[in-house]
Amino acid sequence: MNFFVELKEGLGISWDAIRANKLRSGLTTLGIIIGIVTVTLMGTAIDAFNRAFLQSVSAIGADVLFVQRFGWFIDSDEEWVKAERRPQITLAQAREVERQMTLAQAVAPKAETRASVKYKNRSSNMVNVIGTTEQFLLTGGVIVVAGRFFTPGEADGGRPLCVLGANVATNLFPDEPAVGNKIRLGGAALEVIGVLEKQGEFMGPFSADNEVIIPMQQFITSFFAQPDVQIQVKVTDLRLLEDAKEELRGVMRKIRHVAPADEDNFGIDQQEMFIKLFNRVAGRIAAVGFFITGLSLFVGGIGIMNIMFVSVAERTREIGIRKAIGAKRRTILLQFLIEAASICLLGGLLGLAIAWPLTLVMGRFMPARMSPFVVAIALLVSLLTGVVSGFFPAWRAARMNPVDALRNE
Amino acid sequence: MGLIRLQNISRRYQMGTETIHALRDVSLEIERGEYVAIMGPSGSGKSTLMNLIGCLDTPTDGAFELNGNKVSEMDDNELAEIRNREIGFVFQSFNLLPRSSALHNVELPLIYSGMNAEERRKVALDTLENVGLTDRMHHKPNEMSGGQRQRVAIARALVNKPSIILADEPTGNLDTRTGVEIMALFADLSRKGNTLIVVTHEEDVAKHARRILRIRDGQIASDEKV
Repeated sequence: MNFFVELKEGLGISWDAIRANKLRSGLTTLGIIIGIVTVTLMGTAIDAFNRAFLQSVSAIGADVLFVQRFGWFIDSDEEWVKAERRPQITLAQAREVERQMTLAQAVAPKAETRASVKYKNRSSNMVNVIGTTEQFLLTGGVIVVAGRFFTPGEADGGRPLCVLGANVATNLFPDEPAVGNKIRLGGAALEVIGVLEKQGEFMGPFSADNEVIIPMQQFITSFFAQPDVQIQVKVTDLRLLEDAKEELRGVMRKIRHVAPADEDNFGIDQQEMFIKLFNRVAGRIAAVGFFITGLSLFVGGIGIMNIMFVSVAERTREIGIRKAIGAKRRTILLQFLIEAASICLLGGLLGLAIAWPLTLVMGRFMPARMSPFVVAIALLVSLLTGVVSGFFPAWRAARMNPVDALRNE
Repeated sequence: MGLIRLQNISRRYQMGTETIHALRDVSLEIERGEYVAIMGPSGSGKSTLMNLIGCLDTPTDGAFELNGNKVSEMDDNELAEIRNREIGFVFQSFNLLPRSSALHNVELPLIYSGMNAEERRKVALDTLENVGLTDRMHHKPNEMSGGQRQRVAIARALVNKPSIILADEPTGNLDTRTGVEIMALFADLSRKGNTLIVVTHEEDVAKHARRILRIRDGQIASDEKV
């Protein structure tokens, strides 16, 4: 017997059955609609969350290695105590790294502190002040939107210049362009030569939006004579990241005279580690989220199963007629599976139709959009719910004895 | 060789702890083109016999052959195929699908035999014309009279050109006049060479047949040609 003919017949029957019991079908579908709406929104929210994170993290740069006294991820108190005893990383060591590294495209030292900046009667407190060199433009993942960054000469000479983060610039200069004006920072008057592009909120305190970048020599003069620096190394090729990391480690150990048996007295980190940590956490959140939203779909599925049992019982006689006329078990099974799947698919489509505007609302707060992937998954899941929950009732229908079924009133 | 051959057929049902002997050691042959009435009071076993001949049920003991097929050894799906190909049912309560049009009801056996849509429609329309219902083909059962419904059912029974047409009290739900019309239609079908088996308890209906089988207590009490 032709499978497609059967399929077409099954679709026709299920459509008739759904139409004949509009209220019942509607109420049953509601369970699936709610399930699909929650699963879709959950998927979209998690997707948006990931995207927001990756957007912010990508500012760090995937091809940049970060060397500092403390690694990014310290898991225990002992590690912390050990790290505390490590010697500082000095500017001289940073220069040495720059000289010795072969796989580095740019090397920038970065020293940080917090201070207030002033312009006329306006001021910003607790601004992140960064002392660095012109190479920070390559390693720091910052983009200058107005003016320019320092030149190598300006950086070496410790000229009284600065580049402002987006938020600092808008705070100090609400009505006039920042470039060309002089701000006061750490007792010195610095000319603003550039403003950075806004990076976004996600990174919080790590965001460059709240920074003032000044030449390293200026930083030493105004703040610390012996700053503890972070060395940022941009590798020549992302594919050589691991090689570069090994080279960097060797160079650092040599410079810092680490004995062969001792462990590193510095940490080398990269964006990937951040992402790995995030993925682990996000994966757990997603698992819990999908489990909870999946429960509502499960409840919807039970509703479908229930109503399919009713539908099979109601149509016992019809099943008997069809079997008498020559319908095989498979045909009857298929017919009821199609009916359950149709109800669920209908619920899935309605659920998506409801989730769509909600996603748009969500889009105001985070980069949420309903991806074709989420749509496909939602439809697939609703179809699967229909097939799974419809199977048992359909099986019961398929196995009916035609003599008994025909006798049913 | 007979179209239908029952050899020492028994059918027992288990009802709780009690075993019911619905048919006991029945042997019977029916030739192609015969018009047979099966009669008997309720509980005589005539319905069981009809279910067996209709391949809706299988015997507990004995061998049943229909048109050369050993039906007594078949499984569920094979039985469905045999019913589709060899048997056209006409029921007392019509047993049409209530939500489907007359045309679709008639098409149904052809759907299950896998005929393509175009051919199916043509064959179904031809058959509806034979029972005089071309103008009612898009009506649903509840929009038709009892006589019209039974004609649709007869068209459905005929549409696959089965070896036997098996009618169970075909006039039981019809008024006398319509019943007579339906029996005239049966007589016509018989004249055209169809094999008809009618199960009934009405002598009026049975007298149209040319052979009458009387069943009593699960056995054939009499078998007479008229």
